Amino acid sequence: MFQFIVRRLLQLIPVLLGVTILVFSLMHLSPGNPAHIIAGESAPKDTVEQIEERLGLNDPILVQYGNFLKDVVTLDFGNSWRTSLPVSEELWPKFWVTFELSVYSTIFSIFLGLIAGIISAVRQYSVADVSIMLVALFGLSMPNFWLGLMLMQWFSINLGWLPATGWGSAEQIVLPVITLGTMGAAVIARMTRSSMLDVVTQDYIRTARAKGLSERLVIYKHALKNALIPVVTVVGLQFGSLLAGAVLTESVFAINGMGKLIVDRILARDFPTVQAAVLVIAVIFVLVNLLVDISYKFLNKRIDLD
Amino acid sequence: MSEEIILDIKDLRTSFFTEDVEVKAVDGVSFKLPKGKTIGIVGESGSGKSITALSILRLLEHPGKIVGGEINFKDKDLTKASDREIRDIRGNEISMIFQEPMTSLNPVYTVGQQIRETLKVHQGLGKEQGTKKGVELLELVGIPSPKKRITQYPHELSGGMRQRVMIAMALACNPELLIADEPTTALDVTIQAQILEIINDLQDRFDMSVIMITHDMGVVAETCDYVAVMYGGKVVEYADVKTIFKEPKHPYTVGLLNSIPRHDVDVDELEPIRGNVPSPNDMPKGCRFAPRCPFATDLCYEELPSLDKVSDDNQVRCWIYSERWDGDPEVKVNGPERTS
Repeated sequence: MFQFIVRRLLQLIPVLLGVTILVFSLMHLSPGNPAHIIAGESAPKDTVEQIEERLGLNDPILVQYGNFLKDVVTLDFGNSWRTSLPVSEELWPKFWVTFELSVYSTIFSIFLGLIAGIISAVRQYSVADVSIMLVALFGLSMPNFWLGLMLMQWFSINLGWLPATGWGSAEQIVLPVITLGTMGAAVIARMTRSSMLDVVTQDYIRTARAKGLSERLVIYKHALKNALIPVVTVVGLQFGSLLAGAVLTESVFAINGMGKLIVDRILARDFPTVQAAVLVIAVIFVLVNLLVDISYKFLNKRIDLD
Repeated sequence: MSEEIILDIKDLRTSFFTEDVEVKAVDGVSFKLPKGKTIGIVGESGSGKSITALSILRLLEHPGKIVGGEINFKDKDLTKASDREIRDIRGNEISMIFQEPMTSLNPVYTVGQQIRETLKVHQGLGKEQGTKKGVELLELVGIPSPKKRITQYPHELSGGMRQRVMIAMALACNPELLIADEPTTALDVTIQAQILEIINDLQDRFDMSVIMITHDMGVVAETCDYVAVMYGGKVVEYADVKTIFKEPKHPYTVGLLNSIPRHDVDVDELEPIRGNVPSPNDMPKGCRFAPRCPFATDLCYEELPSLDKVSDDNQVRCWIYSERWDGDPEVKVNGPERTS
């Protein structure tokens, strides 16, 4: 187990190397000169050239990439080109906002998805099942910025129950979490349903019934643990799309998180901040999926991690 | 019979309902099982033997349903028992083991957890006592180093070992009746014999009654006291085991016996029963076996015979033994090569 974790962490290195190359190339291939943007549109030519020199934009591209890698290894991303503040100082508070949003949304989707999926499976083809699956289909198909706007319209503007913007207080958390978590909940509900339906026809479920166990024990102890294995995979993958979806949700609810930061700084060609933020997201995504792999071991002892 | 009857099934009918069509999987099955004895229910796949067994513990999957008859276990009609009552009987007074040991144990729980669960539900045993009893049970069914095995997961055990675990689990609460649904079909021949021996042995020791579901006449010979041969959802012959082997009456029983390879009789070829079991939703109108029966007459195709007593030890559902038989009066169902 320990060996497995170490090996997986070592595998992070090539993954992150790939991420650095991608993000570096994308930033440098995108049109627009950062120096121009920093200096302002009407700045004289030599000011722009000075800035270019200071930022090292005139160095050969490989040297620039090398410098970036050095920053990554030393975990010091320098100062933002936009605000001149240290990148890490700017990133951390925003990272925490996005991280909180993602974690709450994941918890929301797991809870709602699991409960809905189990009810659907246990009462297959009932009114409850059909309605849950219909709602799940909606949840899956709705773009989350639209859902966010609709929620805002109903609950903030028409009913005035919850605030429409911001992050921090309990009331402020509700709408963004629903917005971001709904799609995940729908995916998890559908996955749980099909996985449960598959498991309840297995021989060992009949054995559990033949032992005289109550239906509750049969479903929640014997069926659910087996049914969770594919669901956990989906949860891990969902977390990735959640981080991406956070960008839109943050924009809609004017939350000052990492998604908003990335969008703003891409427009400003603030290379150090964007590169650092993307790397952080990549690391989180890989770590979450490592966590998912480790949890397999606890769900199913047949899986040999080493 | 003077013995105490532990299980008395009367006219059991179990059907599956699909798209408004009723498929009669078990159609009027009756038999009695005296305490401490073994009855074999024999037949091909699709004869309704497993459905009969599942009906007893009401373990039928949707859309299967018991539509009539009685299942009297001791003084209780199980078809009318509440869910709660039937749960208290399952795994406690009546236990069941299944055909597929590879998939009948839950892969995500240890052997110990699965055995303890039964003990906890029915006897309220805690973890420590449960483990102690579990080790005893594993020892009882001949599992070497039971203390180690009890902490293992099913995938760490072989098929034969898993079936032993199933038996140990089934015996956890000293059931009065064990239903074994083809317990050896999926196992190697040598393991088959061991498993049957364990069942026989434990039956004697605990004075347990057994329902042995099988398609294998060899298993019947080794374990059973009585035999009910099923075909197309009905019992076609019901007798004690000696009579079945010595004087089989129904052409289907004879066919089953002739399908067993024998070393003591010089036969060039096995005699299989031609054709297939009829599908339950397309049952012949008369005798269900008529389309495959070498002796069938118009009467057989037209009218279903009843299960009648033909001798002191034997009941048969066949026109040949009735006064209305319209075929060859000298017909010999029982070929000479079987009388050795």
